[in-house]
Amino acid sequence: MSTAIEFNHVSKQYRLGLVSTRTLSHDLNRWWTVNIRGKEDPYLKIGSVNDRSKKADSEYVWALKDIDFKVEQGDVVGIIGRNGAGKSTLLKLLSKVTGPTTGTINARGRIGSLLEVGTGFHPEMTGRENIFLNGAILGMTKAEISKKLDGIIDFSGCERYIDTPVKRYSSGMTVRLGFAVAAFLEPEILVVDEVLAVGDAEFQEKAIGKMKDVSSGEGRTVLFVSHNMASIQQLCRHGILLKNGMVEKVGEVGEVVDYYLGGMRSVADFNRTGDGGVRVMDTRVSSGVLTLGDDLVVEMDLEAFRDVDMVDISFDIEDELGKQMAHVSNHDDQYKIAHMNAGEKRTVCCRMKNINFAPGCYTAAIWIGNPYSTYDKIMGCIRFRVEQNGVFIKRVTPYCSYSKVVLQSEWN
Amino acid sequence: MSETQEWTTTIKPKDKLLSVDFKEMWRYRDLYVLFVKRNITTQYKQTILGPAWFVIQPVMTVIMYMVVFGGIAGIGTDGIPQPLFYLSGTCMWQYFSDCLGKTSNTFVANSGLFGKVYFPRLVTPLSNVTSNLLRFSIQMGLFIVVYLIYAVQGDCPACPTWYLLMFPLLVVMMAGLALGFGLLISSLTTKYRDLEILFSFILSLWMYATPIVYPLSMVEGKVVAGLDLYTLMRLNPVTPVLEVFKHGALGAGEFIGWGWVLYSFVFMVLLLFFGILVFNKTQKSFMDTV
Repeated sequence: MSTAIEFNHVSKQYRLGLVSTRTLSHDLNRWWTVNIRGKEDPYLKIGSVNDRSKKADSEYVWALKDIDFKVEQGDVVGIIGRNGAGKSTLLKLLSKVTGPTTGTINARGRIGSLLEVGTGFHPEMTGRENIFLNGAILGMTKAEISKKLDGIIDFSGCERYIDTPVKRYSSGMTVRLGFAVAAFLEPEILVVDEVLAVGDAEFQEKAIGKMKDVSSGEGRTVLFVSHNMASIQQLCRHGILLKNGMVEKVGEVGEVVDYYLGGMRSVADFNRTGDGGVRVMDTRVSSGVLTLGDDLVVEMDLEAFRDVDMVDISFDIEDELGKQMAHVSNHDDQYKIAHMNAGEKRTVCCRMKNINFAPGCYTAAIWIGNPYSTYDKIMGCIRFRVEQNGVFIKRVTPYCSYSKVVLQSEWN
Repeated sequence: MSETQEWTTTIKPKDKLLSVDFKEMWRYRDLYVLFVKRNITTQYKQTILGPAWFVIQPVMTVIMYMVVFGGIAGIGTDGIPQPLFYLSGTCMWQYFSDCLGKTSNTFVANSGLFGKVYFPRLVTPLSNVTSNLLRFSIQMGLFIVVYLIYAVQGDCPACPTWYLLMFPLLVVMMAGLALGFGLLISSLTTKYRDLEILFSFILSLWMYATPIVYPLSMVEGKVVAGLDLYTLMRLNPVTPVLEVFKHGALGAGEFIGWGWVLYSFVFMVLLLFFGILVFNKTQKSFMDTV
């Protein structure tokens, strides 16, 4: 197996703040130092690590810093990381939308990017015309597109509307058409960013299937960015975890996803709302990876910041597509916290029994409040993955990913 | 053979100055054709008059010129009927300013598309210059119709000369100049938007520095602030193009001289060369500044 993509110490620097007269003075200084005095660019030495939550101490920031890895040909690599970790910047560099500040990227074969489907669609033109336009933008020739036209129309499922201007399409149809064009593009290296977040379940299944074909059947290399751990795990062989613009971990996809989910457990990492009467100080989950049918045990440290009556706690569990799976509330289980004094600390433990969700990744939001107000609400701060095994239920066929829960059944 | 030689794509921070990939541009020729088609078919969608605007615009402009410059200011037209004289200048200038305006706006107008997909950016301005030819030829058609009306009536002082054979070259020069200037401006406006504001009024002032509403012969011998206006005017690279066209089509004035035509042509070639270089350098980093 040969190397398909190689990143050699690639860095990308961005300037923060507005373009102003400072820009001009920096540009002049840079030009003076580099071109007249023949020295190194003075602004490349500075620049802070890309941590969005901290106030910047420099006007320059490294969106990517010293990225160095190789991707084998035919491999499917998932790139994961929190918002702002540098995932999209990395793909942008690879798809030549913007250039790196330092370092080089080498690649073998044509690079096709799918940064956003339907890019360049013109609303006044028909679906058919847009297929040609979009295909050409992505680097196909007219002859290539003509040859694949029937396949594209068929895959998109928009046959009936193909001669209607795209402005009359629903947003889902636009995405379908866009993805269909991109899916039939046949580059040796395919760069994909979050396309599966849109479209209905049936189409997502189709899209994932197509991407699998592309990688396994045709030996193409795929780089895939997504927040959807389930589809990352379903599709990818290897994973790269980015954190603050640097490579944190590279390895087998399961390993990297676990590491990532484990690292996300601190509640301070999440945005929260609520009036702060009671706060969740820390949460502990029995295990980030459950086998089908296990209990999920969540322990929370609560602290009251003023005297409060009635403290209700609930969890909303969602799958990675944001569809609600379950709502669990202390109220329904006859467990009550009648009062908390200011400064009082308390640990609450909740055991959710027999998690029988279909294998995949799930998140839970914690809500703490009373019927009239919210004390604290943290979205998606509990993350866990459900894996299949043969104890809870024995299945011969793979789990159908349309179905959300797995039922134990008996037959006579 | 070391492994580095097998790479088909290498992405580096800075390339050599002369790195325009013409082979790549050729691969994207279908995109160029499709862009031209798109520009043409979508230009007047959802307007009632549609392409009629191509004709209405120059007609209104010419009427305005006849009132202001011909009527009120009483500026001569080298003995050519006013509508013909103004129309010839307006049509040519319109093509130039359309191309320049579109090209200079390339990065800002397409930032959404450029930010997501890579293709040779030069395809966009090239397709704009080409699709503007449609409008130009319709306006030229109008010019010919008006010309024929005068010719049929007889007693028309306007008469084409052999220099009209240079017309295709003149169009290429117009397009080249507009493209060259436009590429330079578009590269600079990505960072400093001041230039966009500056540019919009420079373009309207530039028109008055070009013999459109007055004949070049009027300027002969005029000196302002110690500067010979006649020479200055001819240094404007658009002037020779317009003058040759007017002389060729209408027989207006004198032929400007081969020296000036050559000057304008060389100017165009150098400008285009320089414009492409700067544009090419900008396309790598513009997403960070736009």
